[in-house]
Amino acid sequence: MILVTVGMQLGFDRLIEAMDRLAPDLDTAVIAQTGKGRYVPRNMEAHEKIEPARFEPMVKSAEVIVSHAGIGSVLTAARYAKPIVLLPRRASLNEHRNDHQMATVRKLEGRPGILIAQDESELAERIREAQALGEAPQQQAPSIQQLHNALADFIEGRIL
Amino acid sequence: MGEYNKRVMAVASGGGHWDELMLLRPTLEQYNVQYVTTDTALAQQHGITAAERLPDCNRNKLFRALYCGVRAVWIVLKHRPHVVISTGAAPGFMCLLFGRMLGARTLWIDSVANGEELSMCGKLSMTVAHQCWVQWEDLAMGNSSHYRGAVL
Repeated sequence: MILVTVGMQLGFDRLIEAMDRLAPDLDTAVIAQTGKGRYVPRNMEAHEKIEPARFEPMVKSAEVIVSHAGIGSVLTAARYAKPIVLLPRRASLNEHRNDHQMATVRKLEGRPGILIAQDESELAERIREAQALGEAPQQQAPSIQQLHNALADFIEGRIL
Repeated sequence: MGEYNKRVMAVASGGGHWDELMLLRPTLEQYNVQYVTTDTALAQQHGITAAERLPDCNRNKLFRALYCGVRAVWIVLKHRPHVVISTGAAPGFMCLLFGRMLGARTLWIDSVANGEELSMCGKLSMTVAHQCWVQWEDLAMGNSSHYRGAVL
């Protein structure tokens, strides 16, 4: 199953519409969390919201996550070692108030398990690549261990 | 092993901010930690039943922000933390502000979602909080913001 998500705050019709067009050609079911969009999907199961308690098991059983470039989605995919395809929201299309998702994908490009679709025309290709990756054993990034150590240092007064 | 008698207040709004805070949980829970969030249902899904609730707010809604500020003062007074940390957003900033006024040591960790520029609260925290940490090395600026690792 491929799980599509646009986050909790805003709709993202460009992603939902593109995934709805792709869905019949994908060899697996597609389930989408659409947010408050206008487009009504015809070829995939769609829910405006999916409660976290239901969403987490869906992530767990998904083969690939396709998402806006929200950090919550990236962290969720990482937690379950799922490959994730990111389509950034663009301020020029009124998809967000600024282009921070463009910045996010620039920073994340090339990380294991993270694939970037610069626009909707690249989605099919990136999804194929993600499917080929399969489930990679999750690597604990050294940067998070560094952050844990620094946080303990701050709390205990070694960093003032 | 941490010092369990250290009272740590850890504040994050629902969504990505909360996800980032939860990734820091193994370290936070070596102390006497009190969570504060805008979405206590979300906290309960992580097995945190005693989280304090703050209303969500941003700079565009003045009255909501005032209410959030009053709640933040109350929560800080009630728990008297030694340390306040927040991964965002505005409600967390308020807890840092009042926490600092009441003698806590305060740390802002700007969201990893901010890759090119700090959030508005992050920028304010450079003067309000004791420390402001960014999660991308090239965002660190001299003495005002530091890179000390990242959740990704």
